[in-house]
Amino acid sequence: MAGRNVSRPWRLPLVILLASFLLVGPPFLSAYWVGLLTQVVILGILAMSLDLLIGYTGLPSLGHAGFFGVAAYGVGVLSTTYHAGLWTSVAGGFAIGTGLAALFGLIVSHVRDVYFLMITMALGMVLWGLSFRWIPVTGGDNGISGIPRLETLLGLPASGPIPYYYVALAVFVLCSALMTMLVKSPFGLTLQGIREHEPRMRSLGFNTWLHGYVSYVCAGAFASIAGIMWAYYNGFVSPTYLDLTASSELFLMVTLGGPATLVGPVIGAGAIVILKNVISAYTARWLLILGIVYIVTILWAPQGLWNLGRERRS
Amino acid sequence: MSAVRPVAVLLVVIGSATFIGAQTSEPPPIKIGFMVPLSGGNAQNGRDILNGFMMYLDEIGYRAGGRRIDLIVEDDEAIPAVGLTKARKLIERDEVHVMAGALLSSTGYALAPYITSMKIPMVYPVVSADDLTQRRRSDWIVRTGWSGSQPNHAFGEYAYRTLGIRSVVTIALDYAFGWESVGGFERTFVAGGGRIQQKLWVPLSVHDFAPYLAQIPRDVDAVYALLLGRSALQFMRQYQEFGLKGRVKLIGGGTTTDEHVLPFMGDEALGTITALHYSAALDTPANKTFAETYRTRYKKVPSYYSESMYTGGKWLIAAINAIDGRVEDRQSLIDALKRVKPDGLPRGPVTLDEYGNPVENVYIRRVDRVNGQLQNTVIDTFPNVSQFWKYAPADYLREPLYAR
Repeated sequence: MAGRNVSRPWRLPLVILLASFLLVGPPFLSAYWVGLLTQVVILGILAMSLDLLIGYTGLPSLGHAGFFGVAAYGVGVLSTTYHAGLWTSVAGGFAIGTGLAALFGLIVSHVRDVYFLMITMALGMVLWGLSFRWIPVTGGDNGISGIPRLETLLGLPASGPIPYYYVALAVFVLCSALMTMLVKSPFGLTLQGIREHEPRMRSLGFNTWLHGYVSYVCAGAFASIAGIMWAYYNGFVSPTYLDLTASSELFLMVTLGGPATLVGPVIGAGAIVILKNVISAYTARWLLILGIVYIVTILWAPQGLWNLGRERRS
Repeated sequence: MSAVRPVAVLLVVIGSATFIGAQTSEPPPIKIGFMVPLSGGNAQNGRDILNGFMMYLDEIGYRAGGRRIDLIVEDDEAIPAVGLTKARKLIERDEVHVMAGALLSSTGYALAPYITSMKIPMVYPVVSADDLTQRRRSDWIVRTGWSGSQPNHAFGEYAYRTLGIRSVVTIALDYAFGWESVGGFERTFVAGGGRIQQKLWVPLSVHDFAPYLAQIPRDVDAVYALLLGRSALQFMRQYQEFGLKGRVKLIGGGTTTDEHVLPFMGDEALGTITALHYSAALDTPANKTFAETYRTRYKKVPSYYSESMYTGGKWLIAAINAIDGRVEDRQSLIDALKRVKPDGLPRGPVTLDEYGNPVENVYIRRVDRVNGQLQNTVIDTFPNVSQFWKYAPADYLREPLYAR
C-alpha cells in the first residue's frame, strides 16, 4: 500500500523538492529559520519512529515521547553530572532509551488498540513522573541545563546554527534510510500484515507477538536517537520533553502528515513546528488557528496530508 | 493559497513603515524582546506580567533615551524548550537589543546558558529560583523580582518571634519553588527555636486536599501553606470545611493569597498571614497611583505579577536612559542595569546586590476585608532584605540549595 504511488504523481516531485530544499536551502536562510529546520529534522526522526508503530504495525502509542525524553536525560546526566565524553553520552543515551523500550515492550506487546493506547500512556506518565520527582538525578522541574555543545565536542566551528543543522540532517537521512529499509523488508511487510489482520497472520505461522515487540523496540531506538539530538540542540533537558502533551503532539504530527508513509510524519512535524512558530509571532490566538488547521485536515484529508486523494480504508 | 494575501499585506505594511522611517532622521527603535506564557495554565499570570509592562511603556509613550521602543511579545507556553525557541527567534531573527520575561524557573534555567552565550542583557521580573542569582548566576541576567526563599527567611523569624508560633506543619507545592520557600522559612524558624512537625508536599496537579488536611495534627500552632492559582483557592475552601480555620492559624508564602487569586476567595481566607515583597494594598503614594491606574486600565486588582514587570520595565528604561539609549553597546547596558536605582517603585525601595538579586522590603500581610473587598493589609515590614538574609554570602553559598 505504501508503494502505490501511481495515483498520486505529485508525490515524487514534492519529495525531491523538499529534500533539495533541506540540503541546499539553509545557507541562504537566517539563523532563526535554520534553527526551526533543525527542529523539523529532529522531530521528523521522532515522528517517523512513531509511524513505525502507528502506521505500519497498527499500535497507537501515547507514550512515545518517553523514550525520546529518557535518551535526552541520559545525555544530560552523563554529560553534566558525570562529565562524560561525547560518544559515551551518546551511547549511554541510546542504550538507556532502547533498553527501556525493550523492557516496556515486554509489558505492552501483547495488547492491541485502545488497551495499547492506555498502557503506553500510563507508562509515559510514569516516566514523566520519574523525571519530575527523581530530583537528585534529573533536577526535577528545573531540568538539567549546561549540556556542552555538539559542535565543540566534534571539533566543528561553533559559529551559527549551520554546522549543527547538517549534523542533524545527516542523522536524519541515515535514520530515514534505515526505517525505509525496515518497512520494505519482509519483516516490515509482516508488520503491515499484522496491522491489517492479526489472526490471519498468526494462523499463517507468524509469531505476531515477537514482531510487535521488535517493532516497538526499533521505534524506541529511533526515538532515542531523536532525543539525543534534541538534548544537544537545546543544551538542556526538562520533564516537558516526555509529558503527555509532548506525546500527543507527536501523535498529531503522524496523523496530520499521514500514517504508514514515513514521509507524511516528517511533513506533519514540519507543518506543526513551522505553523506554531510563525502564527504565534503574529497573534496570541495561535492555538485557535492551529485547531482550525487540524479540523480542516481531518475533514478533507482524513488519512493525513501525504495520503491526500487516497480512498478511505474500509 | 489564501495565506499569500495576508503575508503580502504584511510585507507592504512593513515596507511602508521602513519607508516612512527612512524619511525622518529618527534613530532606529530600541527593540525589546519579551516572553511569558500567554496560553495554557499559566496564561493569566503571564498576561498580568505583560499588562504591567505595557502600562509602564504607555506612561513613557514607548520612548527612552531619545529613541522609540519596539516591544516584541512572544508566548513561551510555559514549556522550557518553546521558551528557548522563542528566545532564539527574538534574538536571532528580530535582533532585539535586550530581553525580558519568563515566569517559570524551568524556563529561567533553560534560557540562562543561551542568554549568556549570546551576551544579550536580560531582565527576569518573576523567575524566583534561588540559584539563578546564587550558585548558578549569569553575568547577563539581572533579576528584578525576588528569590523564593528571600521573604521566607524574614517570615520564619517573624512567625517565631512576633506571632509566637512554636510548631508548624507545612503544606507546599512539590517543586523547586515550594522547596525553596519552605526551606527558607524552616531555616530561620528552626534557628529561632521553632519546630517543623511535618512537611506535606502536594503535586502541582492537586485537586483534593482532603488526604493532606487529614494528616494535620490539631495541636500544632500553625499551618504554613505555599500554593498558587487554583490550588490556593481549593485549599482555602477545604481548610475551612475541615474545621481547621479558627483552630489552627494559617500562614504561608505570598503567592497563596496573592491578588491573582484573592478576589476569587471568600471569608475562608480572612486572617491568613503571608509574606511577600509586594501587596496591592501597600499604603504608599507610588503604589496607590500604580494600583489605581492598573485597576482603571485592566478592571482588576494588580497582582505581584502585574507589579513585577512594571518595576522591571522601569528598571530597564532607567538603564536605557542612563546610557542615553545606546543599547547596541550591550556591555554598558548590562552594567547600567546592575547600577541604576530607579525610585518611586510600587513595592518600595529596591537595589541590586552584586549577585544580581534585589535587596528589597519584605511585607508581612494579613487578609482583611476592606470596603467589601479582600486585601493583603500590610501589618509589618522588614526593610532591605537580602537574598542571603543575615548570613554572609560566602557561607550561605557553601551550603546546598534548599530541597525537599
